[in-house]
Amino acid sequence: MANNLIKSNSLQHPYARGGGKQFLIFVKKEWLHIWRDKRTLFILIFMPIVQILLYGFALTNEVKNAKIAIFDQSKDIATTAITNEIAASKYFNLIKNLHSYQDIEATFREGKIRMALVFPNEFRNNLLHTNQAQIQLIADASDPNTANTLTNYATSVINDYQQSINQNKPLPYTIKTQVRMLYNPELKGAYSFVPGVMALVLMLVCAMMTSISIVREKEIGTMEVILVSPLKPFRIIIAKTIPYLLVSMLNIGSILLLSVYALDVPIVGSLWLLLAESTLFTITSLSVGILISNTAKTQQTAQFTSLMSLFLPTLLFSGFMFPIENMPIPLQIISNIVPAKWYYIIVKSIMIKGLGFGAIWKETMILISMTLVLLGISIRNFKIRLS
Amino acid sequence: MRVLRFLLQKELRQIFRDRAIIRVLFIMPMIQLLILPLAADYEIKNINLGVVDHDHSEYSRKLINKITSSGYFKLQDYSTTFQQGLRSIEKDKTDLILEIPSHFEKDLVKEDEATLLVAVNAINGVKAGLGAAYIQGIIQGYNQELRKQWIQFPRMNPEPTIEATFSNWFNPTMNYRVFMVPGILVMLVTIIGSSFASNNIVREKEMGTIEQINVSPIKKWQFILGKLIPFWMLALFVLTIGLTIARLIYNIIPLGNYITIYIFASIYLLAILGLGLLLSTFAQTQQQSMLVSFFLTMIFNLLSGLFTPIESMPSWAQTITRFNPVSYFIEVMRMVILKGSGLTDIKFHLIAMIGFAIFFNSWAIINYRKRS
Repeated sequence: MANNLIKSNSLQHPYARGGGKQFLIFVKKEWLHIWRDKRTLFILIFMPIVQILLYGFALTNEVKNAKIAIFDQSKDIATTAITNEIAASKYFNLIKNLHSYQDIEATFREGKIRMALVFPNEFRNNLLHTNQAQIQLIADASDPNTANTLTNYATSVINDYQQSINQNKPLPYTIKTQVRMLYNPELKGAYSFVPGVMALVLMLVCAMMTSISIVREKEIGTMEVILVSPLKPFRIIIAKTIPYLLVSMLNIGSILLLSVYALDVPIVGSLWLLLAESTLFTITSLSVGILISNTAKTQQTAQFTSLMSLFLPTLLFSGFMFPIENMPIPLQIISNIVPAKWYYIIVKSIMIKGLGFGAIWKETMILISMTLVLLGISIRNFKIRLS
Repeated sequence: MRVLRFLLQKELRQIFRDRAIIRVLFIMPMIQLLILPLAADYEIKNINLGVVDHDHSEYSRKLINKITSSGYFKLQDYSTTFQQGLRSIEKDKTDLILEIPSHFEKDLVKEDEATLLVAVNAINGVKAGLGAAYIQGIIQGYNQELRKQWIQFPRMNPEPTIEATFSNWFNPTMNYRVFMVPGILVMLVTIIGSSFASNNIVREKEMGTIEQINVSPIKKWQFILGKLIPFWMLALFVLTIGLTIARLIYNIIPLGNYITIYIFASIYLLAILGLGLLLSTFAQTQQQSMLVSFFLTMIFNLLSGLFTPIESMPSWAQTITRFNPVSYFIEVMRMVILKGSGLTDIKFHLIAMIGFAIFFNSWAIINYRKRS
């Protein structure tokens, strides 16, 4: 019966000869929507580029140029030498000489410095005569890692100075440690950020944009018009997603080009495997978007649902900004249902560690089954009638 | 004034009528505030350790014991060859391998020197750096202990030694939550303020209801104020809930004064909402305005010093942060809550924020056109 209806409809409809052609027309319609809205398109294409550049160049957890102050009560050759060494290091930026203990606290409270070095009275005399002198390092520990890193750096500068006055006499029974940094010898932040940004951008462009564009048709009322067309409802939705799929592929291309040529983050493994996995993840994100659009009634709700249920979890649980292993166990379990986590592992393995499909087949299977489940739910819940 | 009152009445009614928005407005941020701080724990601990012990001596066993009992490392893998150890790093089973060469104990005793190899998965640079520093520290401590067993040190140091002592101020327990919660609160208030405000006007444009306002005798500034005040109140309310949660759940009691926070927050919100309104005067569709406000809040939040320290940024990025209202508020929140800074300590931040507020709002008023 339903078939008959569609058939009789297709007789009258000039575009309704073959499903394939109709489908293409819908894709074209969707494409025109995106293409006409130049501002949105501009942002869709430039957002990933800006993000990659920001993450690559501006956002590093490396601690350098930390502002410090020195309270030197001794002012002798030794303290001046240490002060100079510290000021010359790229990690520290000496901005102030303090004159009292009260000064230290006040300067910290104004938020000006991260660390203060205190040399006691008679520093050099103590060092020469009792062979023992103390330096006090006061760190602003509101940010614990920075505080730790700064005290580590300062201690190593002080140790170097101590070595130099001892003329490098070797000590007996010395254990030497040789440290090798794998994959990322310069400890650049970009190595972990690039795969993360890829996951974030794809999730955002695909899921948020698709869900908003579908809900928009509902809100404006044009969805009615589309739903009475002879094309099957689900193909309408698929047609809506295809242009976003294309935009995402473009984004992947620009991110990879930038990361290789601007950030010097190489693609060690197979490029094709990386692209294939990215397409898979794009499809996963698109199905999330469709699912959101099924439930949301207004664009505002769609946006907020995407923001709160996609963007933040992706940021949180993909592992690139927040260490998953430090989270409480329930959160660690939740992190498993976030698709971006698996994609992040896949990209890291292919791009940076240079591993093949053998190492990531499990993660790939997880993504595929997630996509199937999401698509299944959205097909079942897709309503042909509005309200 | 009367016109403004009517406008406010209209806006508030519209906001409170939409249950979904109310839910999103209040419940979601609260959930985020309960989950995000638990997740944003950057403390470097639980480093997964793999050991390749070729020596199997008493010394190597003691060393491994010493490392695993430090609390930073978890022994996850014990391999017989370095290649095998590398494979477990590839699988992310371990983060760091310690290779102890054969004859480690013998070399140390007979040759006075032995070398250990530490290989770290450095994809996450910070973790790798601190992990390597921790393990080196432990090895050095172990070295000292061994030396003490073999040599009787004289009472006074034989060589000049400088001892560095540390103290960690403002957060002596090195708790990440104390650092992150104030920042996350700023982020949430910002997202709510800016995107709701910008969506609101565009929605009226898209629905066509803005025409009705345009033909009425409402002045431009009255319209903008009418849109601004309700969201300003909502955002302050969300801030209050947030501060209460921070106090009750995370036990974060500001060293400084709540009044300082509120004074700064009310000016900050004026600035952020003004920015949202400004964006909405440009956008034609909600999709556009959402995307733009999302894009901007993202850049603002990333460049705010919430997740990565501002001093580490290159100077061009530091210049950008000076035009970023979010970074001021995060700094102020952390200063007031953790260090107990008062109004005099934050006066430059305040002046800058007043400037932002005036700038964005007057631009929004000028840019709002009654004719489309």
